[in-house]
Amino acid sequence: MIGGRVEAETGGYGRETFKLGKPGTAPPVSSKDTAPEGAFGGRHLKHFLIASFMAGAMALPAYAADYTIVAPAAPGGGWDQTARSLQADLQKEKISGKVQVVNVPGAGGTIGLAQFASQQKGNANSLLVGGYVMVGAILTNKAPVTLDAITPIARLTGEYEAVVVPAASEIQNIGQLIEMLKKDPGAVSWAGGSAGGTDHIGAGLIAKAAGVDPTKINYIAYSGGGEALAAILGNQVTAGISSYGEFEPQVKAGTLRLLAVSSAERIEGADAPTLKESGLDVVLENWRMVAAAPGISEEQKAAITADVEKLVKSATWQETLTTKKWQDTFLAGKPFEEQLAKDIAATETILKDIGLVK
Amino acid sequence: MNTFDFLLQGLAIAAQPINLFYALIGVTLGTLVGVLPGIGPALTVALLLPVTYQLDPAGSLIMFAGIYYGGMYGGSTTSILLNTPGESASIVTALEGNKMARAGRGGPALATAAIGSFVAGLIATIALAFIAPFVVKFALAFGPREYFALMVLAFVTVSAAFGDSTLRGLTSLFIGLALAIIGIDQLTGQTRMSFGIPDLLDGIEVTTLAVAMFAIGETLYVAAQGSRAPEKVEAVKGSLWMTKKDWARSWKPWLRGTAIGFPIGAMPAGGADVSSFLSYSAEKQFSKHPEEFGKGAIEGVAGPEAANNASAAGTLVPLLTLGLPTTATAAIMLAGFQQFGLQPGPLLFATNPQLVWGLIASLLIANFMLLVLNLPLIGLWVRLLTIPKPWLYAGILMFATLGTIGANPSVFELGMLLAFGLLGYVMRVMGYPIAPVVVGLILGPMAEQQLRRALSISQGDPTVLVSSPIAATLLVLAVLALVVPLIMRARGRGEVLSQVAGAED
Repeated sequence: MIGGRVEAETGGYGRETFKLGKPGTAPPVSSKDTAPEGAFGGRHLKHFLIASFMAGAMALPAYAADYTIVAPAAPGGGWDQTARSLQADLQKEKISGKVQVVNVPGAGGTIGLAQFASQQKGNANSLLVGGYVMVGAILTNKAPVTLDAITPIARLTGEYEAVVVPAASEIQNIGQLIEMLKKDPGAVSWAGGSAGGTDHIGAGLIAKAAGVDPTKINYIAYSGGGEALAAILGNQVTAGISSYGEFEPQVKAGTLRLLAVSSAERIEGADAPTLKESGLDVVLENWRMVAAAPGISEEQKAAITADVEKLVKSATWQETLTTKKWQDTFLAGKPFEEQLAKDIAATETILKDIGLVK
Repeated sequence: MNTFDFLLQGLAIAAQPINLFYALIGVTLGTLVGVLPGIGPALTVALLLPVTYQLDPAGSLIMFAGIYYGGMYGGSTTSILLNTPGESASIVTALEGNKMARAGRGGPALATAAIGSFVAGLIATIALAFIAPFVVKFALAFGPREYFALMVLAFVTVSAAFGDSTLRGLTSLFIGLALAIIGIDQLTGQTRMSFGIPDLLDGIEVTTLAVAMFAIGETLYVAAQGSRAPEKVEAVKGSLWMTKKDWARSWKPWLRGTAIGFPIGAMPAGGADVSSFLSYSAEKQFSKHPEEFGKGAIEGVAGPEAANNASAAGTLVPLLTLGLPTTATAAIMLAGFQQFGLQPGPLLFATNPQLVWGLIASLLIANFMLLVLNLPLIGLWVRLLTIPKPWLYAGILMFATLGTIGANPSVFELGMLLAFGLLGYVMRVMGYPIAPVVVGLILGPMAEQQLRRALSISQGDPTVLVSSPIAATLLVLAVLALVVPLIMRARGRGEVLSQVAGAED
């Protein structure tokens, strides 16, 4: 059977992620796939033909018409779903006539990033989906190609982290968990996604904010939020940390107790304080972005940004966000670039504090 | 309404003509992708997601279920006939199945695989319907130490089960364990043995290794023999269909395979490949014909094939009851649920009973459909073996290369395929079994990570490994599996044991 674990975000960190088979097994990894054929093929082909004909006739570059979106992860993970939602919605909104998704999985997205930066240079029809996990992966893998090598366009969506304990746990609130952590950091085992990923960073930030040495935290890495969830439900660990969406059904069903969330404001429908109001200065967002190739002109960059902005404002995209339960955290242009630089610097600091980056 | 009423209602939904049609598309597609090495159900379901957006939730989930079960069926066909496992779960099938096919018994091998899959799928799906909540409790009781104990048991039984010589089997196993170290260590995020090559960061793909070792290694071996090769294989010798004796030797392995596969599939860190290995070792232990293992024992096909299908149904237990996807395919099915605004989890059975029972019922229907599709095709499939050798092996090479490059378009991956093919050839010439290499690559990281997790949770106290009843029991079984044969061999008189000893040394 094909199968394998599932990485909450990228499906690409660690060997188990999203692989065929099971832990450490081979996966049906990635594929080079094209736009959904069958249901859409005919119509798109026509659009494509018309678009290329017009482009040719008017001697215009075709960049306003079609895009190839690189998802640097195996099919099914968060980045892949983001890429495929972009594909469907860009076409539905007729912002682009023909959109393809290409999966290049591996190593927290850094393989896809490196390939994208070198092969798509100057190509304004090519987009890359990425996110916060990539920031950490670049640092821990000492990746030769960083986010400086691409042209960030906009942050699209985000998810916040949640801290939970099993319903049977004695711990009733985040304060008690922090007390335990202060008394003996090793006695609190945290289950979460891959080492150096958002969940691990979150646990490190919480420890640091509580005045506990982040190198002492007892973080148990799983291949993704799902497998970590099993460990938490099975009472194998003290607490769990992963994106709120992973835990929500269990919290609603009363099998997990939600202690705190990592957003700046309380999350609607989630009955828990933020870390901030609990006295821990931690705000952490696992965001996803779209970026363009390096070496494109300012006009090309502006055109892509305009297309993305048009999409984000459309009713189709808003509906996608609702059904997928993604938070709209759209941010583009200069503010996004500044936020990105801030995130990279903060992540480097905490990864050094945890001891994952020397 | 009680469970039974829900199931009947589900069957009524799944039996609507349009849903039957979706199931048919699903099983056909699934069988096709199962046949191709490297391309599996997860990928297919992912690619179909946008298309099914247009369908209603029931229709698209029924189609996904068909693909899932179909993939499990398809994988065994190439394993048996071409010695090219399409998925990691059908690696074990290749061991005995291909030997049977070469002895002219490809028909019975395919039949026992198909019927075993059907029986296991049927029992496991019914179990899914009725005992899912209990199974999930048992599965959640498995923490790192229990998984580690299970892995120890698997290592002991599996390394004894493969190959003629224990020493050679262990050597191969350790080659696999060494390969398993390559890549990012999941618990610390540090890279190991990757020599700065980005393609190695995620480690070595099991399918690449398996396809290289089995298919490429085999092709090189045959080519190297040239005209000295034994005369051409007989496609059909004796009956194309299973004989009375085949039935008698198959039904118990089917049931044992189901009993092993379903609970292991339901475990978040279990899986179809692990259950197929365990089933193979169990069959070798229980068989009245242990001397036939390695030469084409029908039990070695019947058990593992039943186990991998039962574990496919087992995987749906945590998915439907906890919203916990434990395989890539299940994860994408979860994305499929979410696309319709449904959240699998503890509340799904209560909030959307029609859909859940429709899915379970469609699994039953997909299972029947696969049997009907596959059995008549056996006669056609075995004719593959009558293709002249140069054509057949050229075809296998093309198939293997295409599957690998289709799964990961990378020149480096192709290079690895070739390099491991050469390794497989050398090992074959030297008389080392190749299956333990693949087993080592699959089980090694699981055992290592679970051991480290267990010790990390206990803050370095090793007694934690034996302080749970489940872990202690599994470890005792492992010790028995290691020691009992030694004692019995030392006594040297037991009838069965002398046979086993004769076969192993």
